Amino acid sequence: MYNFDVERPQSIADAVQALSREDAQPLSGGQTLIPTLKARLAAPSVLVSLGDVDEMKGVCMSDGGQLCIGGATTHATVAAEAAAHYPALASLAARIGDPAVRNRGTIGGSVANNDPSACYPAGVLGSGATVVTNAREIAADDYFQGMFTTALEEGEIVTEVKFPIPQAAHYEKFLQPASRFPLVAAFVARFSDGVRVAITGASNDGVFRWSEAEAALASNFSASALDGLSVDSTDMISDLHGTAEYRAHLIGVMTKRAVAAIG
Amino acid sequence: MPKDGGIGASSKRREDVRFLTGAGNYTDDMNMWGQAHVFFLRSDVAHGTLTNVDTSAAAEMPGVVQIFTGADFEEVGSIPCGWQVTDKHGEPMQEPRHPVLAHGKVRHVGEPIAAVVAETLEQARDAAEAISVDIDELPAVVNMKEAVQDGAPKVHDDLTSNLCYDWGFVEENKDAVNKAFDEAAHVTTLELVNNRLVANPMEPRVAIGDYSRAGDEHTLYTTSQNPHVIRLLMGAFVLGIPEHKLRVVSPDVGGGFGTKIFHYQEEAFCTFAAKACNRPVKWTSSRTEAFMSDAHGRDHVTKIELALDADNNFTALRTDTYANMGAYLSTFAPSVPTWLHGTLMAGNYKTPLIYVNVKAVFTNTVPVDAYRGAGRPEASFQLERLVDKAAHELEVDPIALRRQNFITEFPYATPVAVEYDTGDYNATMDKLEEMADLSGFDARRKASEAKGRLRGFGVNCYIEACGIAPSNLVGQLGARAGLYESATVRVNATGGLVVMTGSHSHGQGHETSFAQVVADMIGIDEGMVEIVHGDTSKVPMGMGTYGSRSLAVGGSAMVRATEKIIAKAKKIAAHLMEASEADIELKDGAFSVAGTDKSVAWGDVTLAAYVPHNYPLEDVEPGLEETAFYDPSNFTYPSGAYACEVELDPDTGEVKIERFLAADDFGNVVNPMIVTGQVHGGLAQGIGQALLENCAYDSDGQLLSGSYMDYAMPRASDLPFYEVDHSCQTPCTHNPLGVKGCGEAGAIGSPPAVVNAVLDAMRSGGKDVGHIDMPVTPARVWAAMNG
Repeated sequence: MYNFDVERPQSIADAVQALSREDAQPLSGGQTLIPTLKARLAAPSVLVSLGDVDEMKGVCMSDGGQLCIGGATTHATVAAEAAAHYPALASLAARIGDPAVRNRGTIGGSVANNDPSACYPAGVLGSGATVVTNAREIAADDYFQGMFTTALEEGEIVTEVKFPIPQAAHYEKFLQPASRFPLVAAFVARFSDGVRVAITGASNDGVFRWSEAEAALASNFSASALDGLSVDSTDMISDLHGTAEYRAHLIGVMTKRAVAAIG
Repeated sequence: MPKDGGIGASSKRREDVRFLTGAGNYTDDMNMWGQAHVFFLRSDVAHGTLTNVDTSAAAEMPGVVQIFTGADFEEVGSIPCGWQVTDKHGEPMQEPRHPVLAHGKVRHVGEPIAAVVAETLEQARDAAEAISVDIDELPAVVNMKEAVQDGAPKVHDDLTSNLCYDWGFVEENKDAVNKAFDEAAHVTTLELVNNRLVANPMEPRVAIGDYSRAGDEHTLYTTSQNPHVIRLLMGAFVLGIPEHKLRVVSPDVGGGFGTKIFHYQEEAFCTFAAKACNRPVKWTSSRTEAFMSDAHGRDHVTKIELALDADNNFTALRTDTYANMGAYLSTFAPSVPTWLHGTLMAGNYKTPLIYVNVKAVFTNTVPVDAYRGAGRPEASFQLERLVDKAAHELEVDPIALRRQNFITEFPYATPVAVEYDTGDYNATMDKLEEMADLSGFDARRKASEAKGRLRGFGVNCYIEACGIAPSNLVGQLGARAGLYESATVRVNATGGLVVMTGSHSHGQGHETSFAQVVADMIGIDEGMVEIVHGDTSKVPMGMGTYGSRSLAVGGSAMVRATEKIIAKAKKIAAHLMEASEADIELKDGAFSVAGTDKSVAWGDVTLAAYVPHNYPLEDVEPGLEETAFYDPSNFTYPSGAYACEVELDPDTGEVKIERFLAADDFGNVVNPMIVTGQVHGGLAQGIGQALLENCAYDSDGQLLSGSYMDYAMPRASDLPFYEVDHSCQTPCTHNPLGVKGCGEAGAIGSPPAVVNAVLDAMRSGGKDVGHIDMPVTPARVWAAMNG
């Protein structure tokens, strides 16, 4: 990697201040950023570590009944502490990467990076969560804007993600055999007023909602309600591990399995 | 009752104490006083003309000691190839120059163009980025069949084509084979790919060059499976350093799997640069570099046909294989698809007529060479897939068809030039059937189907040839090396022994199993025997470890040297006890006179050898140290029968291995625990090839699977608990231990069983696709099921 400075702010305000430096880059777990730096594919002048910002850490329930997760909270913490409140989300966190990844990687880092094959974007979009930054609150439907693209402005930090708790939810993923990222995964959440289905791993546009499936499930929440539905493979990822058609097919399989798991 | 020491005992691996407690001494653990670091600037295009390499700006960068380019190596030799294959017309193969650093052209992604030696690795890397390289890109050749078409871009402009050789074996049999096909009652044909693999040893390659001006002496520390071979190839052919001025040390090595046999440019570079810079020069491969610079394995495209008579007897076999050499000839690359592949095409079967054609092809890819099994997995895969396909076409039981055609009488001379000394293929198949619980399979299949899964059972046999030998024969076949092994046994005055073996251990447990053999021969505790390997300044000229040869060849040399020690010790004992040498017996570490109660201990004799006060000086020299070189009279032929049971998810195409069974015949076994471990590791790599691993290039010669994000290594959760047996033992008839070798069997024997099981599962779901290529990924299975 190239040389860079490191800043370790203690507060969100200090972090925002530090990120105003030229070519500054936030570091929140670094499970993508550090390998990128080691490969010399990025050259920030300063890395602003969010790991010491205590106000961005932790899992709690709000008075309004939302699960609030600080942006710098690790996957392992979410897996342990969200389990009682939102088991499907805790299960998603518990299955990201391996223990080393889960003990470093954070929800804010994952959501800010918006890797098209990451797990968290499916959980956030599938739950209809709200992404909270140092400046504003952004609905998940407005936040994810394509592969590695989000509504975040330069220097804006994901400080918290607030999840409404569905009646039931399940995350079903099919692993890419090498990276063990999702080849395709579906997050299905049933709320009193509807169903949300978010798909990750499959699309060239990153995480997306499968609205046809949502409509079908809203009137009949069963795997059979999805029979005959299919996803157009035109915009699906095609690579060494699966064709666009295969991914489009797996969307149906994973969604049905998620629905079946909810019961 | 298991033995608690000596031959046959599952002694715990003594080397594991240091490996598991961080006390190993790997090459990267070594740091020389004053060392500089090297970073190689590697080509990011597959094929192109190097029009300019400008290092002037880089040379001014902080910390730079010296920068080298291809021009600096014009007077230096080519990286040599250790095997010359003769083609079917009697002509030698085409052999291109292989420069240390690219000069004139680059021929694969990852080929080193320049090398920066600097105070730190980061400084070397910074300076490498400041080197200006101009490359006029040329069309790349990646597909082998396209590469041999007229007009295809040439990888090497000075060769007549991209065809390295067109090998026919046995050429004289060709007409008879074709006639047998014309007369066959049934012909089964199969076209398949043996997927390219990256070896991925846990420890990446490392080289440290060191030079002493005082004595004009060079030392290379390197991660090699055969330090003497590196000393010979690099010293004699590349750098012109006489062997007495060059020491090569291979300390603890973290896995080789074949890819650390070969002599690489980085070794020659570090040795050269250490003198040029007059300071030690160290290179440690990154994992990224390993993907594009370690020799790859396999990569064959084959059409194979089997002729059968009306009674389902195999009457003839013919194959047509394209074998990828990559851009240059790696050290033993030409031998892999020929003498390690064609000679194995008889398999376990008495097929009377066989013809093998192999076209070796240059492409703009990383060189391909031996990888665990080397040629034999390719042979076993195509043959065992073909026999299975024939059984299904003929609607006969695949096991029964195999048994019907088994070789049952030994020695057996195959039509492909080798003679199997011993074997009992029905015995390993009997053992396999006993382990497999075939009668319970229907119930297991029903249980899987109740979960919406398909269940399949696949079986295969294998034969391999280990301990490649003898030297005079392999010389006729084109080997530019001998294939003997050496050992020196040095007995110390107080009775302990040091064995210096030419074999090299990079995970095989030689320090334990070799000590067991010597301790057993003398009747002393294993702890009194120390095994030394991996240093050309300590060990007599040896050929190293590959091809499952170490115990069969290296162990035999050690036995011969120990026999000399015992013979001399008996002379000394006879003198001490004033008895006739012929009456001396050695048992449990003591010499006795037959029929008397006279006895002297092992230590009394060894002390007398070095303190020869009461000693037969007129007949026997003092000291107790002997050397032996052993050149085997034949290969050894381990064999076995393997079975795999899979569960297949038809909705996703995912295959899960539920059971894997291996019944091997390794001849005599020294340490059953180590043998079991070797089989386990081989199975993991074979299953990895069958289900997961795939080194893929795009049509421009860019490596698509250049990291673990895309190259799928097998992990524990991908593998079942193996059921392994090696109780069937037909000892080798021509080496003193009766051993055959076990290192590669698992990787050779397992891929066909996996694929046969997957196809069986698919058939049970109503889909008979005939064949599916490895790796059998979920995407491929789903596409085949829905094609």
